Amino acid sequence: MHDQHAEDIKQATRKYIYVFLALLLGTVITVVASYVPFGIKAVNIGVALFIASVKAFLVAGYFMHLISEKKMIYGILSATGFFFVGLMFLIIWSEADQVGNFFK
Amino acid sequence: MDIPYTIEARPDTGLYNAKVGIWLFLASEVMLFGALFSSYVMLRVGSLEWPHGLLNVPIGTLNTVVLITSSITVVLAWASLKLKDFSKFKLFQGCTVLLALTFVIIKSFEYHDKFTHYYVQYNDGAQIVEKTGHLEGNPLNWTLATLADPARSIAEITFHPDAAKDEHGPAHGEHPAPIKIATSQIKKLESFGPWHSTYLAIYFTLTGLHALHVIGGAIVIGYFWGPGSRMWKTEPARLTNRVEVSGLFWHFVDLVWIFLFPVLYLL
Repeated sequence: MHDQHAEDIKQATRKYIYVFLALLLGTVITVVASYVPFGIKAVNIGVALFIASVKAFLVAGYFMHLISEKKMIYGILSATGFFFVGLMFLIIWSEADQVGNFFK
Repeated sequence: MDIPYTIEARPDTGLYNAKVGIWLFLASEVMLFGALFSSYVMLRVGSLEWPHGLLNVPIGTLNTVVLITSSITVVLAWASLKLKDFSKFKLFQGCTVLLALTFVIIKSFEYHDKFTHYYVQYNDGAQIVEKTGHLEGNPLNWTLATLADPARSIAEITFHPDAAKDEHGPAHGEHPAPIKIATSQIKKLESFGPWHSTYLAIYFTLTGLHALHVIGGAIVIGYFWGPGSRMWKTEPARLTNRVEVSGLFWHFVDLVWIFLFPVLYLL
């Protein structure tokens, strides 16, 4: 982020407070949802990871200013995302016959 | 020699150099933690049983709140510098360091709890019995070798078995009465360290690496709060950029914990 007017910073500060409250709420929901018996473990895992992803988006998007960054940063992160997803899928594919155990 | 582009943006990237540097570093960090997360998935998928309720959820939740709070104080410290309010910067930056220390202290209590929690396997005269619980006096990380040490000459231990547990929380209900076990009857004694199970191995690896990041980040943020803040008098814009860069690292540390908490404590 470059030089900004004081008013912009004050507006951003208000946004940070809202994001902070949303993160706290997300934490509470994550804990409560983990106690809800959805029946299938996969649902509990999916819900927890979904909430964590929303929280991660809020931190990265607003606290780390990724919502309005320069193209170069997006370029770096696109490459990172590609290799990260590859890393996760390689492992999952290599254990594909055992994936069912994960959701027991 | 002046280091170029510490304040003004480079024309080709549109960013000051430290910002490009920290994002490249964070990209490598994503791959580091990504490799460990994928290891976690592989270990969990490959195991037939995965323990639940070994960690204290309220403590983990408290640490999550501590880290989230530190994330907002670090961004407010940067915003204060942007608004040229140095005293508020000192306040928020100081709060961040304190919250980081709080996180590490809470984590160390959790670790201590694991190294004083034991698994024992012994022969009660009729059969082999397995129990988990605590030793009298809460000694740290004893093994069978500790009991066999001639210098200690421990003939028997007093073992306090765990109460029944539910899936998530701490033990509830009455603790069973303590039992005395002769050292000669004990087949195996180990604390809940990383050697105890695959789950604890990945737990200590992930949280230990994360804790090292918290400590490293706290040192840098503490430096900018203390001696490094003198730069405000000579190069305020450069200090502001330094604080932003250290803040980006701190948010990443928070971001990793956002995933570690449900994965290790709740699921």
